[in-house]
Amino acid sequence: MYSKEVHLVIDALLVLFGVLGALSRYSLSLIIHVPYHFPLATLIINLLGCFILAFVTRFLIWIPRVSPKLVAVFGTGFVGSFTTFSTFSLESFALIQSNHYLEAAIYLLLSGFGGLAASALGFRLSKILLIKQRRRLRHAD
Amino acid sequence: MLINYLMVALGAAFGVLARFSLSNWIKRRWSHDFPLPTFIINVSGSLALGLITGLGIGVHASLLLGTGFMGAYTTFSTFTMESVSLNRRKKKRVFYSYLISSYVLGIAAVFLGTSLGAATRSLLGM
Repeated sequence: MYSKEVHLVIDALLVLFGVLGALSRYSLSLIIHVPYHFPLATLIINLLGCFILAFVTRFLIWIPRVSPKLVAVFGTGFVGSFTTFSTFSLESFALIQSNHYLEAAIYLLLSGFGGLAASALGFRLSKILLIKQRRRLRHAD
Repeated sequence: MLINYLMVALGAAFGVLARFSLSNWIKRRWSHDFPLPTFIINVSGSLALGLITGLGIGVHASLLLGTGFMGAYTTFSTFTMESVSLNRRKKKRVFYSYLISSYVLGIAAVFLGTSLGAATRSLLGM
């Protein structure tokens, strides 16, 4: 178990990462142009977040001197706050309510399957990089 | 302009802490495969965001409570990672029930929230 001080540092880092994640989401949502009735900004943000979370949790924990706890706090804090489920639900509902059923279906499917695919891509990239790194270490021996 | 970012930041600080605390609290009491903590967080956050939207609060309040708090409180990446993990562990039934119940109840919660918000709004003559 961690001491009280360590818990305090973890909470502070969590808040810091969380705030940075939300500000990144807000900034990106202001930049990304939204085409006709389609919530492109949230889709890009959520898919990007799925990719980053999969990559970071698989890759960084194998890097020496990087604390697994820090990786977990980054994932929960930054990526957790960067991506959002509530806005996704709200936008899906708004599309259904305004009779944009096709857009709603595309949005749901792209978020669902796209999220799974983005995670798989993150895992794949971390695997490739780790194999490369191990090879380099072996050559150095 | 700066005030908008401050509102989002302030809301997010509390939102991320709420998610972390509630998630840990439920985890200590729940030992099944179904990822109940994230499920409850995402559905309740969708309900609250619906309520906020239905009430039609101002721009700054909406950035604080909606974009900041609810945006940071709910999470799509953890939801997806948990789904991937269920799929890898061959928990097919839990995988599908988690995906479908989150989407269906998330959207239903927004519907309930906006309706309640709009009803409250007209009741109060806002």
